[in-house]
Amino acid sequence: MRAFTVLSGLVLPLDRSNVDTDAIIPKQFLKSVKRTGFGPNLFDEWRYLDHGEPGMDNGNRPANPDFVLNFPRYRNAEVLLARENFGCGSSREHAPWALLDYGIRCVIAPSYADIFFNNCFKNGILPITLNDDVIQSLFEQVEAQPGYSVVVDLPNQTITDPHGEILAFEVETFRKHCLVNGLDDIGLTLQHSNLVKEYEEKRKLETPWLFNR
Amino acid sequence: MVAQTLYDKVWQQHVVHRYEDGTTLIYIDRHLVHEVTSPQAFEGLHLANRKPWRVDTMLAVPDHNVPTTTDGAGIDDPVSRLQVTTLDQNCHHFGITEFDMSDPRQGIVHVIGPEHGATLPGMTIVCGDSHTSTHGAFGALAFGIGTSEVEHVMATQCLMQRKSKNMRVWLHGDKRPGVTAKDLVLAVIGEIGTAGGTGYAIEFGGPVIQELSMEGRMTVCNMAIEAGARAGMIGVDQTTVDYLKGRPYAPSGENWDMAVEFWSDLKTDKDAVFDHEVTLDVSTLQPQVTWGTSPEMVVDITDTVPNPDDVTDSVKREGMVRALEYMGLTGGTPMNQVELDLVFIGSCTNSRLEDLREAAEVVKGKKVADSIKQALVVPGSGLVKRAAESEGLHQVFIDAGFEWRNPGCSMCLAMNADRLEPGERCASTSNRNFEGRQGQGGRTHLVSPAIAAAAAIAGHFTELTEI
Ligand code: SF4
Repeated sequence: MRAFTVLSGLVLPLDRSNVDTDAIIPKQFLKSVKRTGFGPNLFDEWRYLDHGEPGMDNGNRPANPDFVLNFPRYRNAEVLLARENFGCGSSREHAPWALLDYGIRCVIAPSYADIFFNNCFKNGILPITLNDDVIQSLFEQVEAQPGYSVVVDLPNQTITDPHGEILAFEVETFRKHCLVNGLDDIGLTLQHSNLVKEYEEKRKLETPWLFNR
Repeated sequence: MVAQTLYDKVWQQHVVHRYEDGTTLIYIDRHLVHEVTSPQAFEGLHLANRKPWRVDTMLAVPDHNVPTTTDGAGIDDPVSRLQVTTLDQNCHHFGITEFDMSDPRQGIVHVIGPEHGATLPGMTIVCGDSHTSTHGAFGALAFGIGTSEVEHVMATQCLMQRKSKNMRVWLHGDKRPGVTAKDLVLAVIGEIGTAGGTGYAIEFGGPVIQELSMEGRMTVCNMAIEAGARAGMIGVDQTTVDYLKGRPYAPSGENWDMAVEFWSDLKTDKDAVFDHEVTLDVSTLQPQVTWGTSPEMVVDITDTVPNPDDVTDSVKREGMVRALEYMGLTGGTPMNQVELDLVFIGSCTNSRLEDLREAAEVVKGKKVADSIKQALVVPGSGLVKRAAESEGLHQVFIDAGFEWRNPGCSMCLAMNADRLEPGERCASTSNRNFEGRQGQGGRTHLVSPAIAAAAAIAGHFTELTEI
């Protein structure tokens, strides 16, 4: 996993609440057996005017000029500003894969669905939670000022806006540790494999029926 | 001993290691696998030269992409086909039990787990699918995970988790006739909202839940995720035990007795404290119908489509306006005047035998309205299909003009060929009415099997007493 330390990136404002993972990456793109290549189909149904299918040449498809992702001023954004309950619905990890493949490394929202929130950390994306008022003011600032970008500093847990204003954010210690160091969870857990085996021995006595097949 | 909730108990029994900040390694007893969220996890194993820790905990089945037409032609779409054959190959390679497309036991992953007794009380159960919450109906801790976590469970038999908070949803009062498990859970979501359960494990309890069959309980827990909770749970009682007895993967002999004894403690202690409690009196509840693009946008069938002008919160109002526009509805329209194009009875929410009986009861001796373009019944599994056929339910549906299909996810998410065209309106027994869920531009109304059946007959939503 790619480590996340300090990111300086343009902010893309997506002003909708309850954005679900079906909207982030529609189901027809879930047929892939790979982790990459989802970026051109991020928000496919909102982003293009036609119906997208895997294997299409996305460069030739009609873009929806009213969808914020297609506004030239937000091209190459790396930070996504969103509303409440972002990432609800299906557990598909294709959603963070699509965000990442598009170039988004950080999401800022008032709240997230649990599974999506978790999936972000597994893929080197930092989801930051800020309260509603702060989010509202960020939306206003981003929309008012073209080129609005922020510096997200994970080790120091701060966001710095273009005027040098600093916002602090919370992140769980363990998740931060893994993200900052780009650690692979499986490797970490396998360091405890003796504990897993001990646990299994104990459970075989208490609940033998769970080990019979 | 401090009084514990059911969730606390099952959690505690599975702790392998606790990191300093509270992140916990928990042991996983059952790992269900399907074709959509597993290929990248298997690829990860191959790349790292790792093997599954315990293949005997794994059970795999293709469901999302499988065709449900009965002509036996196989999968047309090469991309879908590759995903299914990739699952077959991976299972074969690692020695994982799979009910493949040709297996009579094949079906929707959340239907087959319980059906075979692969879902047991007190287990931790995961699957790369958010509706894994279904299995919580058995007093198991069951929740959906992402693909990285699928790989993590395969490789280590564990997951890194943080404990959720406890919420109890207590349902009491006498249900009116025609009010089903589906209506109960839709009403709960309407009450607490789609993010109301975020961060919680929800335990459903109270006399109304106790009266439900296991199938009804599964319907309720299935939709816990639509209330934002990764896990829904119901305490173990005689209904649970009776359901499991004799199922192929359930314990037998001495182990059965030992297991039943162990399971008897899988309920919340009397004095346990929940972080949040919600109580709902269901006695005035009518069958529920969603009107918008989120499961919380739901009303009684006797009600009207709500009017955004009545809402003061501007973010909420704009959400309603957008939903109504997408759904092609106007505030104030009586729900029972809304006309349908298609009807879908199926999905892991409502495709079990009881659901099909409930729908067949309404359909019996009647005809699907001419205005309905397509009415589908898709049983949840091969075994459900066979059981329904032995009762003659298929004939009831076919005689009425429904299509009787093979098992799979089908039009619940339209990854196979079954889908809505833009603008088409569908009464669906599935669990998500998000934009485009059943096909781009498609309009979904979530309802119970009985209401879906009634809508097929009438051509529009209607109360059961009206047909
Ligand atoms: S039936 Fe629908 S909700 Fe259930 S597993 Fe299949 S796609 Fe998911």
